[in-house]
Amino acid sequence: MKQAIIQRIFLGIVMITAVIILNFFLLHAAPGDVVDAMLAEGGGGDPELAARLRASYGLDEATHIQLIKYLGQVFRGNLGYSFYYDQSVTELLLGHLPTTLMLTISALVLAVVFGTLFGVYAALKPKGIFSNFVTVLSLFGYATPVFWLGMIILLVFALYLPLFPAFGIRSLPEPEHAVGRILDIIHHLVLPTFTLAILYLASYSRISRASMLDVLGSDYIRTARAKGLSETKVIFKHALKNAAMPVVTLAGLQLAQVFSGAILVETVFSLPGVGPLLYESIVRRDFPVILGVLFGAASTTIIANIITDLIYKYMDPRIQSIT
Amino acid sequence: MTQPNTPNSDQIFSSEEITSEPDVKWRDTFHLFCANRAALLGLTFVCLFILVGIFGPIVIPADPFEMVAMPLMNPNGQTLFGSDYLGRDVFVGIIHGARPTMIIAVTATLVTVLIGITIGAIAGFYGGMVDNVLMRITEFFQVLPPLVFAMVIVAVFSSHIVVVILAIAITTWPTEARLTRAEFLKIKENEYVTASRAIGDRNFRIITKIILPNAMPPLMIAITLRVGITVIYEAALSFLGLTDPDVITWGKMIGQSRDFFFEAWWTVTFPGVAILLVVLCIALIGDGLNDAFNPKLRGR
Repeated sequence: MKQAIIQRIFLGIVMITAVIILNFFLLHAAPGDVVDAMLAEGGGGDPELAARLRASYGLDEATHIQLIKYLGQVFRGNLGYSFYYDQSVTELLLGHLPTTLMLTISALVLAVVFGTLFGVYAALKPKGIFSNFVTVLSLFGYATPVFWLGMIILLVFALYLPLFPAFGIRSLPEPEHAVGRILDIIHHLVLPTFTLAILYLASYSRISRASMLDVLGSDYIRTARAKGLSETKVIFKHALKNAAMPVVTLAGLQLAQVFSGAILVETVFSLPGVGPLLYESIVRRDFPVILGVLFGAASTTIIANIITDLIYKYMDPRIQSIT
Repeated sequence: MTQPNTPNSDQIFSSEEITSEPDVKWRDTFHLFCANRAALLGLTFVCLFILVGIFGPIVIPADPFEMVAMPLMNPNGQTLFGSDYLGRDVFVGIIHGARPTMIIAVTATLVTVLIGITIGAIAGFYGGMVDNVLMRITEFFQVLPPLVFAMVIVAVFSSHIVVVILAIAITTWPTEARLTRAEFLKIKENEYVTASRAIGDRNFRIITKIILPNAMPPLMIAITLRVGITVIYEAALSFLGLTDPDVITWGKMIGQSRDFFFEAWWTVTFPGVAILLVVLCIALIGDGLNDAFNPKLRGR
């Protein structure tokens, strides 16, 4: 067990290193470097000054030495500097990641919980109306572009029925009490979370229905029923846990995808998360920020994967590794 | 369930019949698929969409970038689906957007599947160290959020259509690789694979001629569904403006109307419905294939 944890963490560190190396080469492939960006901000381009600056930043050294230096820098938490925002990339990321993570995690939790419940309920009557509803829902969940769904939801619930705010994460002026402020943020997050959650909920409900149908046909459920346990107990105590496993596994694997979805949703709802930051930086060709976002997103996924992996091992000792 | 190349015990003794009547199961699958009304509806609509993609711009030769009406005009007789903020006809845009959407989705899917199947097949077939290394690489690509990675690739290199296609493929192949690997691990234990090895077949032949055809049913379902996912993926990239500026796509139409859709719902609704319908029909085909390949699991 202990060895497995150490191994998993070691693999995680290797992965993060690989992401940094990838970043380094992408940064090199990108047109222009830090010095160009600085000179552009300063409004002048004197080749002699540029050469001097490059030398002072070590940009004239061999690629492998630059790579080692870059690795050292990133591991010390320095992801470079954005001349447009006039802020270090690490600070920018730390300012924007929490919103995205909040959105991703709450959507994922909602999708897993309600998806599983929908699936279980549908599995009880496989030919019933609700089961058909799950089939249709999952088809639409697969086929709907999340950014478009966000816009339609905005049209309906913010414009035609003005129940929720359309943009941002806080009202202006902010409510005075702390509780009011939290409620205000939740109020702003309802539509984006719902938008993101519903698509995954749709596919999870179908998966959990399939696994629930499998589980309900298995021997141990027959045994439980034969023992005379009540149906509620059979379903919630015996079947549910095993039926939910595939959904939880999938949700863990899909984390990176949900993160991508969150970025689109943020762009639509103008939430101050990583999405708009990335969008702006791409428009401005602010490469340190762009690659910083890639690094931040990837390392978040790596860490989250390690955590889910460990939770699995704890929950189900039979599992050696989910990968 | 469908193992077209597997001679079962009573067929072994009548090998001539096997060669004269190939792949009976595939025919069953075909019949099952044709009996599925939803799947046929999906197929019909997708064919229609392909026809629109091929002939639409010929039938309606208007330039989708041309300003033909007042900006943000309601759907009416002049412009069927209204006009966008520059007075461009939304309907003409949708018709002309079908072709690039189709080309990008199909090409990107082919590249994705090619990478995914190659890596998955090698990993699953050889196992051991090769498998280990390839799976770590696959995992590495899975921790990079696909959209973010694709955005970075397009931003760093260019928004040329080839780069967009490659970006989509590079960020999505792991799913296919994992699926192929799992199938290969399962199938390579079969006796006909051992038999093929025993008569001295080369690995390349075993992979492509013996195992791959037997892995096709789940892969075909996955590939069909991948086309739909790619349509949405490409729409997301063009929604964010990361696409060829000279090409009109449905995602781009939605993205460009982002600042105006509160005043003009039609500018985003119609292109979105177009995406939704096409992908929905692809999903129906995928479901139909799934039911046809696994009749026992129907309706899950």
